Amino acid sequence: MIRTLKFLFGSRASDKIVPPRGNSAWLTFSAAAAMAFIAVFALALALAVDRVADRWSLELAQTATVHIVAPVAEIDAQTEAALNALRTTPGIASAEVLGDEAQAALLAPWLGEDLPIDTLPLPELIEVTVIGDGPDVENLKLRLAAEAPGARFDDHSKWRQPLRSAANQLRLMALASLVLVAVTTAIIVTLAANASLAASALIIKTLRLIGATDGYIARAFVRRITFRTLAGAIVGAALAMLVMFPYPALQGSGEVLTTLSFVDWHWALPVLVPVLAAITAFIATQIAARRHLRRAA
Amino acid sequence: MISLTNAAFGYGSVPIIRNVTQELPAGSFHFLTGPSGAGKTTLLKMCYLALRPQQGKIEVFGQDVAKMTRDQVSNMRRKIGVVHQDCQFLDHLTVQENIALPLKVSGRNVDENMDNLMDLLSWVGMNHRIDAMPDQLSGGERQRLALARAVIMSPDMIVADEPTGNVDWEMAERLLTLLIELNKMGKTILLATHDLSLIRAAKGRVSAKVLRLKNGDLQLAGAEL
Repeated sequence: MIRTLKFLFGSRASDKIVPPRGNSAWLTFSAAAAMAFIAVFALALALAVDRVADRWSLELAQTATVHIVAPVAEIDAQTEAALNALRTTPGIASAEVLGDEAQAALLAPWLGEDLPIDTLPLPELIEVTVIGDGPDVENLKLRLAAEAPGARFDDHSKWRQPLRSAANQLRLMALASLVLVAVTTAIIVTLAANASLAASALIIKTLRLIGATDGYIARAFVRRITFRTLAGAIVGAALAMLVMFPYPALQGSGEVLTTLSFVDWHWALPVLVPVLAAITAFIATQIAARRHLRRAA
Repeated sequence: MISLTNAAFGYGSVPIIRNVTQELPAGSFHFLTGPSGAGKTTLLKMCYLALRPQQGKIEVFGQDVAKMTRDQVSNMRRKIGVVHQDCQFLDHLTVQENIALPLKVSGRNVDENMDNLMDLLSWVGMNHRIDAMPDQLSGGERQRLALARAVIMSPDMIVADEPTGNVDWEMAERLLTLLIELNKMGKTILLATHDLSLIRAAKGRVSAKVLRLKNGDLQLAGAEL
């Protein structure tokens, strides 16, 4: 910790021993910028997936359906009995019979717009809105079985589970993207550090001649490359945020692509990208520099 | 100061230095001469700790080189100023920054040592070129700059490897004069050269000894000049 602070706030004099320009300098800066740009998008994707998954889960968790399958003569009576049971059950905010128009709209994608719904033997559907933790499902099912034997309660759990799995997979993919970006950054920075050290062989030889320790030489290179990475990552992250800024996340939308942006305090998260890139560069360069100096001894 | 006992070094199976035994006492002035390929540079490198002996023993300032850690070697090098024929500088730094480099490397404050630095530049006649870049300097100026950098830390010993190899005779004499002045200040000097006229030019001006290397053997071990 003390070594890191010393590195961050120590003398800038050692910086000057590393040539300010060169291919590796440009490589480090541009690679860090590109990686930060991608990382911000991956982060936005991860957060968008999270939001959409939450929304899907919430929407399904807040609703349930009861369908009445009974002889035609008993449908109205059983529907009324089911409604009474539902409306007096704690955890249920409302229970409304789904009208013909609503049922037609639900079936339209499969059976077309001009559906003669009154000629089809469809079950009666009751849309239930739950509040809080919802009703005690087992008790409710028992009550419905007693008062409206044709009523079937569906709390959407069999739909929620695959959605939750899909959302978790998307989250994992977004996180894996972030990890891959970090690993790629580390590899590029290591290559750039090795290139920089190899191109500076004469400088290293000269510094050793005048009594520079490996630690001093490594610090100079690590510091310079870390700050180059930080600068590149700041530029890349800022560009990504600029690209996303005109397209705020559509709160009401359930699609991932239309929510591929940041909301509220999430706009602060991309700030972490350059910091993490700098930490990655610090570790990668430290290892590369020490190894190179040991070999070049 | 430096003590070599049966020191030997080779590259692969080719021996470069064979069983050299020699004392370089503090305050002495030694010329190391011999034909090209005799092993002069290798012997100097062993003296300024760039190479460790493969056989035998070398003690520098009383410490066995073989037992030193890498950081100890680095610290020890600050007590030895080195001047090469092909002086190497950091080309992106100015003359002043290059001379100040050993101070920075050892953690000393450059501003506090600025008077010394300017005195040193005057001594080597480079005070008018402090803002020049190394690639703007002539061969002689580069040698004087290398000498200034070698002595900025006030080392106890100066090791010079063919410092006059790339300069004209007038500049060679001037460099020799600077080295003799350093020796009179108490510094130990080890100067490798194949230029016998330089050795002759030192006669009568300094109490020096001559070491002659041939095929890795020390044939003339400390003859009085």
